[in-house]
Formats: sequence, C-alpha cells, structure tokens
Amino acid sequence: MMDKMIFGRYVPADSVLHKMDPRSKILIIFLFVCIIFLANNAVTYALIGIYTFFMLGLSRVPVRFLYGGLKPVILLVLFTFILQLFFTKEGALLYELGPVKIYEEGLRQGIFISLRFFFLILMTSLLTLTTTPIEITDGLETLLHPLNKVRFPVHEMALMMSISLRFIPTLMQETDKIMKAQIARGVEFASGPFKERIKAVIPLLIPLFVSSFKRAEELAVAMEARGYRGGEGRTKYRELSWKKADSFQMVLLVLVTILLFLLRS
Amino acid sequence: MDISLKHVDYRYQANTPFERLAIADVSIDIPTGVYMAIIGHTGSGKSTVLQHLNALLQPTKGSVSIGDQEIKAGLKNKNLKKIRQKVGIVFQFPEHQLFEETVEKDIMFGPMNFGVSESDAKERARIALHQVGLGEEVLQKSPFDLSGGQMRRVAIAGVLAMEPDVIVLDEPTAGLDPRGRKEVMDMFYDLHKERKLSTILVTHSMEDAARYADQIVIMQHGKVVQRGTPEEIFSAPGELVEMGLDVPEVVRFQLKLEDKLGIKLEKMFLTIDELSAAVTKVLSRGVRL
Repeated sequence: MMDKMIFGRYVPADSVLHKMDPRSKILIIFLFVCIIFLANNAVTYALIGIYTFFMLGLSRVPVRFLYGGLKPVILLVLFTFILQLFFTKEGALLYELGPVKIYEEGLRQGIFISLRFFFLILMTSLLTLTTTPIEITDGLETLLHPLNKVRFPVHEMALMMSISLRFIPTLMQETDKIMKAQIARGVEFASGPFKERIKAVIPLLIPLFVSSFKRAEELAVAMEARGYRGGEGRTKYRELSWKKADSFQMVLLVLVTILLFLLRS
Repeated sequence: MDISLKHVDYRYQANTPFERLAIADVSIDIPTGVYMAIIGHTGSGKSTVLQHLNALLQPTKGSVSIGDQEIKAGLKNKNLKKIRQKVGIVFQFPEHQLFEETVEKDIMFGPMNFGVSESDAKERARIALHQVGLGEEVLQKSPFDLSGGQMRRVAIAGVLAMEPDVIVLDEPTAGLDPRGRKEVMDMFYDLHKERKLSTILVTHSMEDAARYADQIVIMQHGKVVQRGTPEEIFSAPGELVEMGLDVPEVVRFQLKLEDKLGIKLEKMFLTIDELSAAVTKVLSRGVRL
C-alpha cells in the first residue's frame, strides 16, 4: 500500500550523487530552491529542466520507480495548473466556453508554476533518494554549526531530525500492520461513503499514537541507559569529506545561476 | 470451509527497486475442521501465506480459494468482506489493534462492522470474553488500563466475537509467560475441538505444533519443503535439524534413549504421557541398561 512511496526514501545505488558529500548536496538543493525563482521565460525554464534531468540521470534511480512514486504529485501539479489556468485573468482571451474563459497569461502562468513545482519536487526527492537520513543530518549539523555561537541547539535539532527520519519507515510498517489487523476486523479503508471512511481512520490513528508514545519512551530510556547526555564533547564516527565531485557540482550550479541571470527576461 | 492455495507467488513492492519474492509456488490445502501448523524461520514466508488466507494479500501468481470464492492473480476481487468475516486472523501482538474506550466496545467493533446488531454484539462480547477467560468486570474498563496478558485476551476476544469459521493465529503466544502461553494455546485447542473450528497456527514453536496440530507444513525460503502429520514430520528429525529447526523435547528424548539403549520404539511419540507409557512397557519386558 505504501510500497510506492518515495518521499524520504533512500534508494541505494552506486552513483556520483550517492558518493557526494551531504553538505554539498544540501547546499545545492538550497541554492536550487532559490534560483528556480529566477526563471521567468521559456529559455530559463528549459535550462532548469535540463539541469534537473541531468541530475536525475546522474542519480541512477530507476525512472519507473520515480514515475510510480511521483504519480500522486503529478496530480497535485495538474491541479495547480488548472487553478492557474482558470483564475488568472490577464492578457489576451484565448478561449471561451460559457463562463469558462482562458487567458494567455493564465496559460503561461499555469505552465510555468506547475513546471517550477515539478522541478522542485524532483530535485528535493533526489536529495533524500541518494542520501541516507543519517548523512543528511550529519551534513546539516556541520553546516549549521556556526549557529551554536548564538546558542541555537544545533546538535539537538539534528538529533531530533535523525530520530524522526529514522522512524518514518517504522511508522509506515506499523501503519500497514494495524491497517491489516483492522481490515481483518471488517474495517473498509478504501471504499464506502466518505463519512464512513473518515470514521475508519480512528481505529488506525489511536493504536498508532499509543505505540508511538510507547516507542518514544523506550527510546529515551535506551539512550539514557547508554549514557547519552547531549552534544557536548561528542565526536563523530563518520567524518565528512569534500571531494572533487562536490566542487564540480557546486561550480556547475553556479554556472547555471549565472546563465539564468543572463537569460531571464 | 475449505481453503486452498494453488501455486501461489507473492512479490512485495513489485516493480520497484525493493521488489522481493516472498513466496514461490506455494500450494497448501486446508480442509474444514483441521488444525494445521505452519512452521518456519523468520523470513520463510509464513506470514505472507497467512495474509493470503483472508485476502489481505492477493497472489501475484496462482490462485487462492476460500470457501466458494476464488481469488485469482491479477483480477479485481469483490466481496472480500464476506471472506474476512469467515476467516478471523489473530495477528502477532494483537493488543496493538485495541483502540476503543471500553473493552466491551472494542470486542463489539468487529461484529458490528459485519452488520451484527448492537444488542447481539453485546451478547457476543460477553460470550467471547468468557471464552478467553476474563471476567465481566473488565467490560467497562479501558483496554489501555489492562495488563499486557489481559490486553492480548481482549484482542483475541475481539476476533472470536466475529464468529469466524476459520481462525488463523500468528504467534499468538509471543511475549506471554509460560502459564499464559499454555492457557491461550489450550483455549484455542478447546475451541477447535468444541466448535470444529478450522485452526491455522503460524509459529516457530515445534512443541506447540507437535502438541496441537493434526497437520504440519514446513516452510523455508518462501517454499513449502515438508508437510504431513506430526508423526511423519518428526520421524525424520535429521532433516529438521539440517534446516535449523528444533525438534520437540519429547522426540529428542526418545531419539537419545533409542540411541543409548540400541532399541527402536514402535513409533515417534509426541507427548510425555505416551512416551513414558511406551518406555515403561519396554522396561517391563526387561531391557538391560
């Protein structure tokens, strides 16, 4: 049921992206999220598109799998498109059918905004697809390290993040298990009237909450038993190392940024 | 109600990089009224087989017939609810499925989903609670205020109250103390005997399989590797040991005894009582120790 889910999922493979330093990957994604807003005409969107698909190709994540996982997202993208299409009332009138009027600007905005949305989702999933949660957290912790000076609890934040990432699959499994147990008791999650389906969520959510609290407590006890006392003086088992590929990727993105500045209208 | 699996394959996460063949070409016949044990290691595919028994999973290849309904690979199947009422599954750690405010409501949940009236469901809750050996005083308590063992029983009662024709048990005694273990297993055995309830026990305890089951199916790496009566299965303990599976203590004792004394008893005995009777008989005939 959650088989096809790709968000937050790591797909092991032997690719350039997998081997990169998580710090550079995080920086790249961060920069990408900023520069995507620079694109405002067909050429710049094409450039962003080429870059995105180039990165996808580098990741060696099977396309079929990506497609399966992105299906629900594509629906959402289509929805944004339609919203933009019907509710932007600028530019020349292109088409009219009764109360439905489609304007030139609406079509343009619709295409651009849904493309932007789509590329953003692809790139951000690429980060989690090629980087283990633990690497992401390590990367973030190092990157945010300077914030320690202003008393921002970087280590605690990173720990919270890695714990929540770590428990996503566990929670999924648990959901699947409890769902099956309740289906066996006659609950119908996927069919029936809307009201009934909403009601069907209760026998799923309550056991999930109960087990999550229990798990949290057990984890806290286990951590204390192993002498965890926060980030002070803690050393790392995995050292991050910045390689040539990382520098190359950074340069590439900077080039893309410069091109975007030159080509945008 | 007969259940039979015919050449069933099941793939988890088909068409993703995580695809995994869980069971391959599994055929099992479960006639009405039988007590069958399915044994195997973790990862042998026994839990996957279990989920086919009430169409929670539908085969990637092959077919499963449950009563008069047939579930074939690749077809949309309707009316699964009817199957689910007839085949009750007690999952591993069933207490994790409790959610209602009171024990009574939780037990009534299953029957009411299958269209039983409220008053009937209440009556069934009382009966089921009695069957699992709990008193009526817990009916109005919150299930989360009970002890672990009591929660387990309430959850089992929730499945029994659906009045299924077939009951499937997935390690029903995991995490219970030895006494609780025996009580729960005996309870299921009594139900099986009294109500002619087909029972399918998924376990890795050879002791339980030997003591209660009429038929044993052994699974390894997603395949059925052996099937037969407990006597048949345990008469060739060498193969079991090779698969890394345990042999019941009684059998182990008999084998060692036969080896030490250089004799052969007439058959494999599966209970201590039978074995000691047989040994006494042999000794009374006079064997030099």
